Amino acid sequence: MLTLTSLCAGYGPITALEDVSLTARRGEITAVLGANGAGKTTLLRTVSGLHRARSGAIDFDGTRLETVAAERMPRLGLAHVPEGRGVITELTVEENLRLGGLGRGGRVSSADLSRVNDLFPVLGDRRAALASTLSGGERQMLVIGRALMARPTMLLLDEPSLGLAPRIVAQIFGLVRTLVREDGLSVLLVEQNARSALSVADHGVVLNLGRVVADAPADELAGDDQLRHAYLGF
Amino acid sequence: MQQFLNTALTGLTLGMVYAAFALALVLIWRSTRIVNFAQAPMAMTTTFVALVVIDAGFSYWLGFVAALLSGLVLGAVLERVVVRPVEGKAEINAVILTLGLFIVLHGLAAVVFGNRYRSFPAPFGLEGLSVGGTTIALNGFGIFTIVSVLLVMALLVALFRFTDVGLRMRASAFNQEVARLLGVKVGSMLTLGWALASLVGSLAGLLIAGGSLVHPSYMDSVVVFGFVAAVLGGLDSPLGAVVGGLVLGLSLSFVSGYVGSQLVALAALVILMLVLTLRPGGLFAQAPERRV
Repeated sequence: MLTLTSLCAGYGPITALEDVSLTARRGEITAVLGANGAGKTTLLRTVSGLHRARSGAIDFDGTRLETVAAERMPRLGLAHVPEGRGVITELTVEENLRLGGLGRGGRVSSADLSRVNDLFPVLGDRRAALASTLSGGERQMLVIGRALMARPTMLLLDEPSLGLAPRIVAQIFGLVRTLVREDGLSVLLVEQNARSALSVADHGVVLNLGRVVADAPADELAGDDQLRHAYLGF
Repeated sequence: MQQFLNTALTGLTLGMVYAAFALALVLIWRSTRIVNFAQAPMAMTTTFVALVVIDAGFSYWLGFVAALLSGLVLGAVLERVVVRPVEGKAEINAVILTLGLFIVLHGLAAVVFGNRYRSFPAPFGLEGLSVGGTTIALNGFGIFTIVSVLLVMALLVALFRFTDVGLRMRASAFNQEVARLLGVKVGSMLTLGWALASLVGSLAGLLIAGGSLVHPSYMDSVVVFGFVAAVLGGLDSPLGAVVGGLVLGLSLSFVSGYVGSQLVALAALVILMLVLTLRPGGLFAQAPERRV
């Protein structure tokens, strides 16, 4: 589905990603794990076109993404879901959702709106409220719901657990799992919270200082004590 | 009583023009965080376009439309060609750039249109309307001023609130990166924002010029008043710009009518200082969001 081959990226003299290769398979949750500064966010930003790779290839369902502009991604079926702070706080909940629906190019369909409101009833209840009034968990639901409005085939989730209570994290991860199982969505999940991420993911890739240090099924990674202690912090 | 009414009516008409000019500043500030000092000479340029059309023997209205359309084009071209390279750079770059544009447009206008005063026609009578035997300080052109500014504002509100393009423009103004991730062509939205702002500024230019004299520098004093009006309203809020314009127009009219017209500019600066001291975010500032 999504394949990175020998990807290198950086900022000025700093190298953030070095020779990163990984594959996120269709209908699976692939977790990218690692400490702060391991290159996780750069990886997502490079895939979604916010940052340009220095070299290497990004292939999404046969389309090469290295030079595709970020604003074209929704039409290709790829949705980069920024962390909860990525809600547009000055717009209402419904305006945020409609904006997501516009990303595909056509008009916003009310069927999509009601589907998202069914998935996240709290968003329907607060549709006219400014997004700035939402709690952290509600914001995270809003960014995911907004991404779904464009009917993507793959979600790139950036730290969905950031700053949220464990109960909310479990709820959101449970929902992502449901989307994958029922809608056949594919997910590339970038997380610092490795324990929660591995509990929901099918496959895991561990980054350290911009390099891939492990790439294995999620349960295998979770069972590798040495790796967990060295890189995952649990 | 009659003097009070007339002063208020004068202030209302004047306030509407300030409101339009402030709105032009706010539209650009909201989307690009640039205070467009070149707004005045841009409006001056398009008003001269109208004058050229009218002097060539065409009707006032053709000149009016030509000015608004050339405003639209001028705004878009300036954003694409001149402003785009400094967007996202240090703020001082944009400030110096728009000041430079100010000087360049001034100079060009003096060369192209002549550095002299020329009279500009008005489409409606400039004689005060008569109500119950007394003449009031509101003429046909004044009514046209008020109506046209209100109409443009209503159209802009409708555009921002109820259309997909308006939603995309607001998203681009508030958060460019997220807007891009959602498929919004942010660059086009910024161009459109400048074009619309320039159109509204052109309207203000035409309304000030109507029945009066135009000169390459005739809009310059309006920059100060328009800026004060925009700051009064909080720079970020279109509604604030309108209210700010009206408050300023009325205040200055009363200062001029009851205190002395030589104090108008001073009064504008006093109002600016008071607002910046008491409510630095403007009258319409929303409480800043708490960052968590």
